Amino acid sequence: MKKQIVLAAMTALVAGGAFAQSAVDKAKSSGSITMGVRESSGALSYTLGDGKFAGFHVEVCQRILAEVEKQVGRKLEVKYQAVTSQNRIPLLQNGTVDIECGSTTNNATRQKDVAFLNTTYVEEVRIATKANSGITNIAQLNGKNVATTTGTTSVQHLRKHERATGMDFKEVFGKDHADSFLMLETGRADAFVMDGSILAGNIALAKNPAEFRIVGEVLNVEPIAIMVRKDDAALKKIGNDTIAAMVKSGDMAKLWDKWFMQPIPPKNTKVGLALSESTKNAWANPNDKPMEEYAKK
Amino acid sequence: MAWDWQLFCKETATGEIIAGCFGKGGDQTYLNWILSAWGWTLTVALAALVVALLMGLLMGTLRTLPNSPWLVRLGTAWTELFRNIPLLVQIFLWYFVVPAIFPAMKDVPSVILVILALGFFTSARVSEQVRSGIQALPRGQRYAGMAVGFTTPQTYRYVLLPMALRIVIPPLTSESMNIIKNSSVAFAVSIAELTMFARQAGEETSAPVQMYLAVTVLYAISAFTVNRIMRVIEQKTQVPGFVASGGMGAGH
Repeated sequence: MKKQIVLAAMTALVAGGAFAQSAVDKAKSSGSITMGVRESSGALSYTLGDGKFAGFHVEVCQRILAEVEKQVGRKLEVKYQAVTSQNRIPLLQNGTVDIECGSTTNNATRQKDVAFLNTTYVEEVRIATKANSGITNIAQLNGKNVATTTGTTSVQHLRKHERATGMDFKEVFGKDHADSFLMLETGRADAFVMDGSILAGNIALAKNPAEFRIVGEVLNVEPIAIMVRKDDAALKKIGNDTIAAMVKSGDMAKLWDKWFMQPIPPKNTKVGLALSESTKNAWANPNDKPMEEYAKK
Repeated sequence: MAWDWQLFCKETATGEIIAGCFGKGGDQTYLNWILSAWGWTLTVALAALVVALLMGLLMGTLRTLPNSPWLVRLGTAWTELFRNIPLLVQIFLWYFVVPAIFPAMKDVPSVILVILALGFFTSARVSEQVRSGIQALPRGQRYAGMAVGFTTPQTYRYVLLPMALRIVIPPLTSESMNIIKNSSVAFAVSIAELTMFARQAGEETSAPVQMYLAVTVLYAISAFTVNRIMRVIEQKTQVPGFVASGGMGAGH
């Protein structure tokens, strides 16, 4: 940790003069570029230990940086710097990291400080239920026990949905995701409403995953994207071009399959999250719209 | 740092600030919500307190009975069972494990389960205090009851318990305040009480500091009110000249 702080401070000093410069130009002169990664952001970005990082977004970023390498015409050293939800934006702004490849939700507030590449992953709030419950949509949950986790935005989505449609859910709240899932498993709740990746992860770890399924309409979406500095138009362009090329060649879908459908290291477990319509849509219509725009639809 | 307390006037679904801070016609502000959460905290705590006092009194008394070894063992077993398992674990046992064994328990509302769990947990502590209260009495008191020809129940009703219960009012005050604070674990099984409010509203409004501060104040007010009520009871039930009647401990 101490080392990271010192490193951050030093890089900030060095980068002080090079602020308005694109990470691409900086890479050209210094021969290195720094990727911000997360310790544990699901299959999007996580550590394998030993200072190694992997994940769907990490691999997308590696492709982007390979493209940068081609453009600057010299071998680049790619450095990895772990960031957290609290420090990712400051570290990006002060030049410690040049591109952040984690699980950052693209929202209007953040767009004031940073820029996002086109959305590569859309988190959907979905319904998990027992496969034999006969529940296939949210309307059937009227009057039923619906579990969700205290301290998440899903609670608010449910409330808004109730208000908008005049439905009545009997909400039960778990103190964490595992508790909420236990409520579904033990029959205390008929459904569990949460981010799709969390539902898929819990189902994958259940005693009998076949007993559960994710059903119904998408209750809310949040675009998750790779982050670059606000004034870094050059890197943003290379990034978006790379993403577009990967979508076109089908590499993006292959990457999805690799990280979300197949067993992944280090434990060789599967996330089991099928490519969603919202994500497919985002790939087909490249955009860097914030969450607020998605909500309007 | 200026804290924005207006956020308590926000509507919980739309986020609009409502004039007067109280939602009307189905609207609910965070102020409405925190008050209802306070209601849940008090409901759970007070109902559990009733359970705890009744069961604690019964079990504590059983543990001091002469010539009834099995009733003594029952009381001891009850006390040891409920005070040797962490409260949060007990709540989960009632909520997830008991219904798995007895399917009929599934239809029992979770608030009843929490009241039982919290009540039984505290009853073990009350039982211990009642026992020590009875045993603190000089042995002569029991003999006096026997000498005037009282049966054992009569001895307890007219001689031992009236004195013993006066002795244990101070520790019972602590237990009664504890039960208010311990009721915060109820959020783990989906009771919409103050702790759950603080977590959820803190996330929704991005102002956890204000939410936790408000909740802290309400907990403190509740516990202190219980403290004052018990103090009044203590004074009203004083027996002049008796050791536990407050004052400076005059001795027997």
